[in-house]
Amino acid sequence: MNVGLEHYLLVSAALFSLGLLGVIMRRNLLVIYMSLELMLNAANLALVAFSRFNNNLDGQVMVFFIITVAAAEVSVGLALIVALYRKRASAHVEDLTTMKL
Amino acid sequence: MQDILFYIFAALTLFFGFLVVANPFSRNPVTSAMFLVLTIASLAGLFVLLNAFFLAAVQILVYAGAVMVLFLFVIMLMDIKEEERRRFKKFGVAMGLAAVAGLFGIVAKTITESGVGAGLKPAFEGDTKTLGTALFSSGQFLLPFEIVSILLLVAMVGVILLSKKDLK
Repeated sequence: MNVGLEHYLLVSAALFSLGLLGVIMRRNLLVIYMSLELMLNAANLALVAFSRFNNNLDGQVMVFFIITVAAAEVSVGLALIVALYRKRASAHVEDLTTMKL
Repeated sequence: MQDILFYIFAALTLFFGFLVVANPFSRNPVTSAMFLVLTIASLAGLFVLLNAFFLAAVQILVYAGAVMVLFLFVIMLMDIKEEERRRFKKFGVAMGLAAVAGLFGIVAKTITESGVGAGLKPAFEGDTKTLGTALFSSGQFLLPFEIVSILLLVAMVGVILLSKKDLK
């Protein structure tokens, strides 16, 4: 059976689901952040596959921008986590309940 | 040959991705980070199979290189012994699994039933030259490119501000 667009999209969907599972299940801020990266990469894979099979370059350019924005996002997010860790000495979401009523 | 490679890389990507999220042997964030590197490398293999050579290289350089080093630096600043002592909550895991399985079921069924790839041939040769031409010569993406560079500058200033010792 020839590998087509559906196969790539299924892999992408499975990877996205794994990332979402990590965000829901894990309780460490850093691992949650890594799961977010996993979800971003799943979206990238879908975009590149669409680009290849629809004979259109825009998908690849989009992925190029997504990678750049993700790098900026990671740097800011990790700086936030470090600042939080300095104040609370914890990177665990269950310890961060200041906004809870 | 390409089909076999696709199945190998797809299986590797999903396997390593699973080990990032739920490693049965270790809850250490460093292990998760290392498996994330492997996931990203296998994804770069999939990109090569899709003829996106430049993006595969950027994926390795930026993600597996820069971003993961940043992750590891931050992990070193923290106390990771803490993580291993905590247990998963059974109810939370069950609800998360149910929600994610439902979402994946819906998406997978949509993909297979809609026939989204029917009749489409993998025709496109997205090599580096075409990508560079599209980015810089067509004028279509020049403004987004400049905006992204400003975004990077803003992120840099923000990180410096956030890392100051006496954060207001």
